[in-house]
Amino acid sequence: MNYKNREKVIAHSIFLLGSLIVLYPFISILFLALSEPGTRISGFTVPSGIYFDNFIKAWTAGGFSKGLLNSFIVVIGVVSVTIFCSTLAAYAFEKLDIFGVTPLLALLLLGLVLPYESIVISLYYSMKSYGLTNTHWSLILPQIGLSIPFSIFWLRASFKSIPKSLSEAAKIEGASSFIILTKILIPQIVPAILTLTVLLFVWTWNEFLLALIMIQDADMRTAPLALSYFAGNKRYGDPAITAAAAIWVALPVLIAYIFLQRRFISGMVTGAVKE
Amino acid sequence: MSTNNIYRPQNKIDYSSYLYILPAFILYILFVIFPLGDTLLTSFTEWNGISEKKWVGFEQYSKNLANKKITSSIKHSFILIIFYSFLPIIIGLIIAGIMIRVKIQGLATYRAILFLPQILSMIVVGISWRWIYAPKGPLNSGLDFFGLEDVSRAWLGSFDYALPFVGLIGTWVMFGFTMILFIAGVQKIPSELYDAAKVDGAGAIAEFFNVTLPNLRGEIIVALIFTVTLALRNFDLIYITTGGGPGTSTMIPSMFIYKKAFQMNQVGSASSLGIMLTLLIFTLVSLILIIFREKK
Repeated sequence: MNYKNREKVIAHSIFLLGSLIVLYPFISILFLALSEPGTRISGFTVPSGIYFDNFIKAWTAGGFSKGLLNSFIVVIGVVSVTIFCSTLAAYAFEKLDIFGVTPLLALLLLGLVLPYESIVISLYYSMKSYGLTNTHWSLILPQIGLSIPFSIFWLRASFKSIPKSLSEAAKIEGASSFIILTKILIPQIVPAILTLTVLLFVWTWNEFLLALIMIQDADMRTAPLALSYFAGNKRYGDPAITAAAAIWVALPVLIAYIFLQRRFISGMVTGAVKE
Repeated sequence: MSTNNIYRPQNKIDYSSYLYILPAFILYILFVIFPLGDTLLTSFTEWNGISEKKWVGFEQYSKNLANKKITSSIKHSFILIIFYSFLPIIIGLIIAGIMIRVKIQGLATYRAILFLPQILSMIVVGISWRWIYAPKGPLNSGLDFFGLEDVSRAWLGSFDYALPFVGLIGTWVMFGFTMILFIAGVQKIPSELYDAAKVDGAGAIAEFFNVTLPNLRGEIIVALIFTVTLALRNFDLIYITTGGGPGTSTMIPSMFIYKKAFQMNQVGSASSLGIMLTLLIFTLVSLILIIFREKK
């Protein structure tokens, strides 16, 4: 074996081992969920057959149809408003003259590092005083606020990469700043907007603490919240049914990930470095 | 354009620009900055969530700092930083060091798998690991299989083992991210730098410390900030795996904030703990940036 081949074998072995370590917990609960109800698999054996009973039981008992619907409503609300507001703001920061850019960006930087565990208490009492707890609003509005700093920094970097000549030519021809944004600049950054959409979708879908605090009504639970109640409920203490429930909640994100993984990975790796 | 314009000062601020940032800032200030200010005010009071707030100054802070359970929860967070941050970064760096200039096929598939823990809800991750660590789960079955029945136990129910075993879940969540981040960073290092090191007679280890490590500084800063803040917040995973127990052996500040504010009606105390957590994270992030900043 020559030197180059040996390097390749080592690299593949490392990646294979890493992949196995990552996949093992998921394969393990998948086997558990697919096992025959009533039989106890040890987690070290392959199930004797494939049974979907656990999935059906989890779906009907856990209220996941409502949970998934609630999650979709919250995600659509958060992602659409965040993208709209952040695009406008990022454009103004990068391409228009704004007095006081530095303090405004510093204010946004604060929100980028802030642990939101510290503000949920105040959010809860404000939402309660307006009668908004147990509504989608109590989840959508705070998450828009929390998503805005990252989104503005992300989109501002994208606007920065567009050559100045493009918007200046349109300016000379008398196009308004709004027309320049919608007709010339936005088409240039569609890929960046799509990547941001994917990131915001996943982060909003997985949000848990805010839902735990704001939602008491079982019909209003998001999918991860419904899952946590289900996993904590002794009546459905069967780990196989809990495993099936976890797979239901992970499924929408997994399906999206299979199609959009390149966008997501590049988004997290480059986006992180850009900051 | 009217002719009047020539009499206007040339550098007049165009206020319409502010209309673009207005919607974002209204939402941001209303739902992030205002609650932060409100939390700060509440942290100086004694409040059960219903009656009038009573101003007590810094009393909540001094009480929190004197509370052994709270100081040990902060200590737990620092132990978790070892698992969430240091271990994944060391693993990622070693692997990136090995992977210099290795071009391999199927990298995209490996990357997609290694990134998987980043996209899944911590509730799903926690449920998977609860099963792995369960008394009759895969870990114990594996130990029994190798004749190590004496070692197997309810890992998350153990006062000694619960914290490090929750920490290992964090290592599992993070190592794929650091690996991919550092491998992407290594591929951007110009190969001339490595050739020059070879000419100087540097071995693999010297090459790693003289070329690879300094050139990954940006990526290391990102990985540190990302993993350290997650280790300090970390609510979801603790909530679903141990709930802070057994006893208070896996309690962390964010779990205390939740319990104090929503189960014990000590809203003032919870708020001051929230501000303390915020200050701790700001301090650590600033330290990371200062220590690793570019030396000129």
